[in-house]
Amino acid sequence: MELILALSIGVLGGSGVWLLMRPRTFQLIIGLLLLSYAVNLFIFSMGRFPVGRPPILEPNTMGDPAVFADPLPQALVLTAIVIGFATTALFLVVMMASRGLTGGDHVDGRGPGQ
Amino acid sequence: MQHLAILPIALPLLAGAVMIPMEDQRGRVRAGLGIASAVALLVVAVLLAWQASLGGPAQVYRLGNWPATFGIVLVVDRLSALMLVLTAVLGLAALVFSLTRWQRMGAHFHALFQFQLMGLNGAFLTGDLFNLFVFFEVLLAASYGLALHGSGVARVKAGLHYISINLAASLLFLVGVSMIYGVAGTLNMADLASRIPRMAAENRLLLEAGAAILGMAFLVKAAMWPFGFWLGPTYAAASPPAAAIFSLMSKVGIYAILRLSLLLFGEEAGASAGFGGGWLLAGGILTIGFGAVSVLATQDLSRLAGACVLISSGTLLAAIGAGQVAVTGGALIYLASSALGIGALFLLIELLERGREIGADVLAVTLEAFGDGEAEDREDDEVGTAIPATMAILGLSFLCCALVLAGLPPLSGFIGKFAILTGILNPGGLGRGPVALSPGGWALLAALLLSGFATVLAMARAGIRSLWNTTRSVPVVGVVEIAPVLLLLGLCVAMTAAAGPVTRYMQATAASLHAPQDYVRSVMVPRP
Repeated sequence: MELILALSIGVLGGSGVWLLMRPRTFQLIIGLLLLSYAVNLFIFSMGRFPVGRPPILEPNTMGDPAVFADPLPQALVLTAIVIGFATTALFLVVMMASRGLTGGDHVDGRGPGQ
Repeated sequence: MQHLAILPIALPLLAGAVMIPMEDQRGRVRAGLGIASAVALLVVAVLLAWQASLGGPAQVYRLGNWPATFGIVLVVDRLSALMLVLTAVLGLAALVFSLTRWQRMGAHFHALFQFQLMGLNGAFLTGDLFNLFVFFEVLLAASYGLALHGSGVARVKAGLHYISINLAASLLFLVGVSMIYGVAGTLNMADLASRIPRMAAENRLLLEAGAAILGMAFLVKAAMWPFGFWLGPTYAAASPPAAAIFSLMSKVGIYAILRLSLLLFGEEAGASAGFGGGWLLAGGILTIGFGAVSVLATQDLSRLAGACVLISSGTLLAAIGAGQVAVTGGALIYLASSALGIGALFLLIELLERGREIGADVLAVTLEAFGDGEAEDREDDEVGTAIPATMAILGLSFLCCALVLAGLPPLSGFIGKFAILTGILNPGGLGRGPVALSPGGWALLAALLLSGFATVLAMARAGIRSLWNTTRSVPVVGVVEIAPVLLLLGLCVAMTAAAGPVTRYMQATAASLHAPQDYVRSVMVPRP
């Protein structure tokens, strides 16, 4: 479990950073999306890996942290997903505007050969 | 009165939300609402600052009345109140300036502006790390809209870079916050501060790594070298009212670093005490150097103002990195005066550049370098030309901006720089005898003085080129447009006149930041 999660965070994060360095806006946004997946998984993993435990209190298990999962990282991930969703949508609009104004999808408006 | 602390967030949120669906073709109602909200914010902020200046514990507002570690708290101490006042003043000035022309350049300007104010105020008030992230996103989302306000190729190009860099920085923010939570088990700043001294040695490394990643997210906002290359193009391309409020946005990063580094890694933090101070000092000095070079190299007035933002950020970061109470107090004076001065400069530049040809600056520099063939013919023209009243006011305002930003007497920038220099030169406190200065101290001393010199040179050159140019036409400037500039510069003059009380307030702020026990105690006190 730990190994799979660590590997997937690493692969997603690595590909995201690589795509972030590319000169096309499409690659840029895919890179940001992959990175945000990696970060969301990372936040989730900070609540440790309790398997088969609900993040809610049962009536007679009050005060025993061993029987329920930490709900806070899950709440953080939800918030991060919502905010990331909104900012990505906004970024897409700016990319479209840039495409329309400059006629290319290079991040600087025009590439070295253009 | 106890609900005063939530108003700086709730008021602009409501005003902005009401504005969006409003049927208002000419924008008058929206403008009126926006100005009214900004004035109310100013009143609230001044009241909060007055309450904070009376002394006593920090005012804590529990959202939903949950006790501190379970619920989110808003904390008003001297530093937060100071930043709230600055936000309200700059917001009001930029809004008034936008009334003549800029508010009609695109849709939803006023609503975005209110959300920008809400995000700024929230970031200054919150006492919780994840809530800080949320308010950062609010102010960034609004700033994306404001940076693109007016559209055009230059704005969209700069905006694309600005948004992508800030999205990446937000991801760093999340990684840092979740690492800190994973180690410490809390995100409440005061609770963190009380847990760090007792933290086990094997967890400390992970905590420091998390704090460093978090700090990088703040340093991107504060535009420390080498994270700050986005700042120049974005601020130069943004519309002037947006740029004026952005001059405070780079101070949000500074605020977060100042607050967190002293709260979490102050003298009480055990083995982690002073974590990151050396990096801040070195990075700040490098930023000052980069800003000084770009202030000299630039030929464009808006870029000049952007370079001044860099110098101001670098000065503040290095002063925070020095980690002495007296230096921090000076840095706070410098922060207030440079935010006001840069805001005024961004507004003033638009007035100065009105009605002049594109590329005139580049031509002027070329003429300086290669000599102007026609210049000799004018030498016997001894009568000279009368300076129109508009140009006189603009020129005087420009002179004041230059004095504030370069830190020359008699204006408030000098007081800030003087206080920083005094703090560096007397590490043991005034009158405690000579103490040997560290190499970092010497470097900061040199960087501060040289950057001031570079600013004087650049501003003098820019001023001569744009104000003493007889070939240009006199710009048409309305009272509504020059009034905000005069208001901001008037506040700088007022800070100079009231230097005693201002310095006392800032030194008390610095002292309470360096001794965060009171902050922690007032947040962690059980619910009454």
